[in-house]
Amino acid sequence: MELNAVTIGFFVFTILTLGGGIGVVTTRNLFQGTIWLMVSLFGVAGYFVLLSAPFLAAVQVLVYIGAIAILITFAVMLTRSVTRIKERYIRTIPSFVASLALFLVLLFGITVPIFGDYPSEMAPTVVMTTRDLGVALVEGNGYVVPFLLASVLLTAAMIGAIFIARDEES
Amino acid sequence: MTMDELCTGLCKLMVESGADAGLAQFMSLLVGVLLVSGVPLLTVIILIWVERKVAARIQDRIGPNRVGPIGLMQTFADLLKLLGKEDITPTSADRALYNAAPLVSFASVVLIWVVVPFTPFHFGVDLEIGALYFVAVASLGTLAIMTAGWASNNKYALLGAFRVVALLVSYEVPLVFALLVPVMLAGSMSMLDIVNAQSGMWFVVLSPLAFAIFYISSQAETGRAPFDLIEAESELVAGFNIEYSGMKFGMFFAAEFLHVFTNGILMALLFFGGWMGPLYYESPLIAFAWLGLKGTIIYLTTLWLRNTVPRLRIDQIMAFNWKFLVPLSIANLILLSAALKIMQELGIAPRDMLSASFVDVLPTTIVMLLINLVMVAYLLGILRKRGQEARRESGANQGALAQAASGAGD
Repeated sequence: MELNAVTIGFFVFTILTLGGGIGVVTTRNLFQGTIWLMVSLFGVAGYFVLLSAPFLAAVQVLVYIGAIAILITFAVMLTRSVTRIKERYIRTIPSFVASLALFLVLLFGITVPIFGDYPSEMAPTVVMTTRDLGVALVEGNGYVVPFLLASVLLTAAMIGAIFIARDEES
Repeated sequence: MTMDELCTGLCKLMVESGADAGLAQFMSLLVGVLLVSGVPLLTVIILIWVERKVAARIQDRIGPNRVGPIGLMQTFADLLKLLGKEDITPTSADRALYNAAPLVSFASVVLIWVVVPFTPFHFGVDLEIGALYFVAVASLGTLAIMTAGWASNNKYALLGAFRVVALLVSYEVPLVFALLVPVMLAGSMSMLDIVNAQSGMWFVVLSPLAFAIFYISSQAETGRAPFDLIEAESELVAGFNIEYSGMKFGMFFAAEFLHVFTNGILMALLFFGGWMGPLYYESPLIAFAWLGLKGTIIYLTTLWLRNTVPRLRIDQIMAFNWKFLVPLSIANLILLSAALKIMQELGIAPRDMLSASFVDVLPTTIVMLLINLVMVAYLLGILRKRGQEARRESGANQGALAQAASGAGD
């Protein structure tokens, strides 16, 4: 493999993503766990940069690190004994089965396109720009219906959250 | 891109004088990175002096005046003091996170300067997603404050962090909606394109309301009065940075001061045409001077505001944001985008702002300005009515109180 900036970047982001993931599941401290989660998500944002998708990278940082992870820290701080968790998750057999199944699915999903009969589909030659993405989201023969449906769904969820959270009297 | 396109200027010079091409490219990139990150780092030293001097003048004091001429060297003396201070880490603090938080805080501000174009030809990098990059990077500052508050293991620090994070997360919403207006008008998120699209007319004239919302939200994002819950000295001792000492405290301090100035420059870029001004095309230095002048004027008004108004309560701040700024910013965006689209279909608005001249933009400007003015008039009407109601209510209350008091006196 040629050692250039992209390869080095890929290694760095892989270490961040996987290391962050290992950090999340091994730490005994919930707050540190959320920080590790952010590290992992940051690594994923790096992958988007390497794939020439800067828009998705920025959205990844903005939405996942800037908003969702902050909300998780809020939730973590409202729980008791943030730092010293004694209980361990001990149901090893279901976890083993689930992780094995996930591993096999990923293995299948990754190896088949690379070594199978149809490798050409994996490499789109046209690099899409942010403008293309924006046009695809609002174009009639693009993704306008899924985009609108997602917007309606999010709005409905937000209204529902407000409805549940507000006081009975007012 | 070929090697020739990447290797220009300094790099080309080095190759011609016999240096290795790869090394020359690396060196010229390094110089660029040092320059882009060096400008904000040096600016902050002057900014601290400016801020203290302005605050002092507003409060009828002289301000720093002992070290150097008119106190110019004061910041260096303070810097030496901060570096020489004992570096205290609380025993029960989370050491790694405690030390990382000031770095993340400062980095989140310095990283914004990557997309700031100083002149038409001098900029860190012209990202296709410049405006979005700014929002994403600035949101990391919230994370730093949360981490600092938690890792200090101090209840005042944690309380301060909670209040601040609630404030920062809320005010990001109107900030982004206001930011969308220049992005929509320019038809691009690149900072360079946004500035170039203002060659016909500054965006502040097209939508003064968007500028006002951006201004208020960024004042809140930097935690300045009237939104200075971050360091409400009288309530929280110092807020999230209470346990920090020495240069670690200095980094939070510098990050805040730099953030205020960065917002000034960003507003100049997004709404006041950046480096546009008489003779800006003659020399990059003139362009740079225009940007600096506009940014500094906006920066000085934020200092003025900071030192004039009192602090609001957290519930007032939240109500103002969610019940006033957010609906207003959304309505502004919807009305302006509808107007722009209709005018583009009718052929009175330019489809591409980048090449539009003053005359091309004039009809758009008039319509958009009118929409904004109508909105402001309507809002003022509502506010007037509410104010009258509140005054009537409190007048009635006071009347009842006075009656009760006189009754008790008898």
